[in-house]
Amino acid sequence: MIKVENLTKRYAGFTAVDGVSFEVGKGEIVGFLGPNGAGKSTTMRMLSCYLPPTSGRAEVAGFDVFKESLKARERIGYMPESVPLYNDMRVCEYLRYRAALKGVRGRRMKERIGDVVELCGLKDVERKLVGNLSKGYRQRVGLADAMVHEPDLLILDEPTIGLDPNQIRQVRELIKNLGRHHTILISTHILPEVEMTCSRVIIINRGKIQVSDAPENLRARLQATGDIRLEGRIGDAERAAKELEAIEGVKAVTVVGEGEWTAFSISAAPGTDPREQIHALAVKNGWPLRELSRDRVTLEDVFTEITHPEEA
Amino acid sequence: MRKFYTLWSREVAVYFRSPAAYVILFFFLLLTGFNFWSVVNALNRGPSQVSLVEAYFNNYFFWFGFVLPFPLITMRLFAEEYKLGTIESLMTAPVRDMQVLLAKYFSAVFFYLVLWLPSFLYFVVFQWQTRLQAATAVGSYLGAYAMLILIGLFFLSIGCLASALTRNQVVAAIISFVVIAVIYSWSFLTRLFPNVSSALQDLTNYFSAVQHMAQFSQGLFDTRPVVFYLSMTVMMLFFTFQVFQYRRWKV
Ligand SMILES: Nc1ncnc2c1ncn2[C@@H]1O[C@H](COP(=O)(O)OP(=O)(O)OP(=O)(O)O)[C@@H](O)[C@H]1O
Ligand SMILES: [Mg+2]
Repeated sequence: MIKVENLTKRYAGFTAVDGVSFEVGKGEIVGFLGPNGAGKSTTMRMLSCYLPPTSGRAEVAGFDVFKESLKARERIGYMPESVPLYNDMRVCEYLRYRAALKGVRGRRMKERIGDVVELCGLKDVERKLVGNLSKGYRQRVGLADAMVHEPDLLILDEPTIGLDPNQIRQVRELIKNLGRHHTILISTHILPEVEMTCSRVIIINRGKIQVSDAPENLRARLQATGDIRLEGRIGDAERAAKELEAIEGVKAVTVVGEGEWTAFSISAAPGTDPREQIHALAVKNGWPLRELSRDRVTLEDVFTEITHPEEA
Repeated sequence: MRKFYTLWSREVAVYFRSPAAYVILFFFLLLTGFNFWSVVNALNRGPSQVSLVEAYFNNYFFWFGFVLPFPLITMRLFAEEYKLGTIESLMTAPVRDMQVLLAKYFSAVFFYLVLWLPSFLYFVVFQWQTRLQAATAVGSYLGAYAMLILIGLFFLSIGCLASALTRNQVVAAIISFVVIAVIYSWSFLTRLFPNVSSALQDLTNYFSAVQHMAQFSQGLFDTRPVVFYLSMTVMMLFFTFQVFQYRRWKV
């Protein structure tokens, strides 16, 4: 659905997007992540035919965004980051205008507007002036506008900022549902959201793509470094540590707390999970345990690791 | 064409939704009405060489009221879109740059025509009430209004260009006001320097809006000013198009 080759955008001496290449297949929901100023919005603006690339090319639904821009635009629903709207129009009026601009007419327009108003929860504010809406409702109008012509591809630049928790959940559900028929490229700073909705994550930093993979795979990559914590009523900590080290896959064992309960931090070899054997050992020795756990790696850890390696 | 109509009707709706438009319409009506009244009064005082139409379109009140609205009509066309950022949602919809430009321009033309419509009614009412001829011939009306539209097209295109140059409406208004004022004052060059050579006088007269209006409101047609204003309009719109694209590409 999207094919990007060596896309570059330079602003007066500053390279915002630097030779980016990636592909997005039909029906994928791709999360586009990166720290502030990474070049996410710039890339999305080029994909949605607003900014011409300095070099490189991009295709949407088989149309070059620069050379066949009109055809590409017909197939894209784009929600800009700042959600610019005409403040002097009423919500329903604005949606009708946008639908007409995108070539949705007659009975289909009525249907589509009914649908998006329903989907985005705009029923109550339909008659209100856009300028009087709260931030969250503006956001919803922007989203409704992006979907109104049933585009093949939705490009949403931070669609959930400014929404209340209920609404965030609704939008997340909405995006998941839309993902059945549409391809979606979504940028956000809310990482749990990405884990829940996206089938793939692209992380970009300083204009360059760092990784592009499924969230599970990314986590698995870091999972290997997660330490195991063991806490139990163990008499002889020294001897227990020796026995633990003998288990296959265990690299090092350190005692992190002593007293009535002894705590160990156990680091395992990459790609292994010796928790089962540790448990077996505890049972054999009759140690009462109150904790045997491994740090859960979140996408946030992955994100920090990739974009700020020194802090990780 | 349908997209053009969608864009155009939104632009026109914006005019008639904003209270400022009605303020402009009101004061304009006041000004043109006063002009009409003063012209009628002046002609009442004694016999005159000129017809009512001629007198109306060739005095200072007319020109004052004529020049003033252009910056106000055109200032928001592009500047506001830049300011609000709506240019981004507008230009990512499947519309051509040219469609957007022409829709904006012709919405301004439409408002301009609405602005001048009442002035025509003055003459109609005058003729109906007094049973006197306001003009010596129909050509006088045609000429005056044709020139009104021609100069209007040109000045509106200047305003359009000014608005595309900046995101600040006030700056846009000032630019177009200054440029239009300079072009208009050109007409008085010969009055300031009456002794210049006749070739130079011909040249200034050739470009003089005041001169054109004086001539056309007598019912005297000439193709040269028509060609001049139309080609200048096209040129200004062409520049606007370039600026519009360039700004979008640079931003
Ligand atoms: N018109 C412009 N002129 C110059 N530099 C620009 C312009 N627009 C963006 N930039 C720069 O390009 C870089 C990338 O900006 P971009 O908006 O794409 O970041 P982003 O990834 O969307 O960040 P955020 O998470 O804050 O939205 C930034 O450093 C920004 O300062
Ligand atoms: Mg951004």
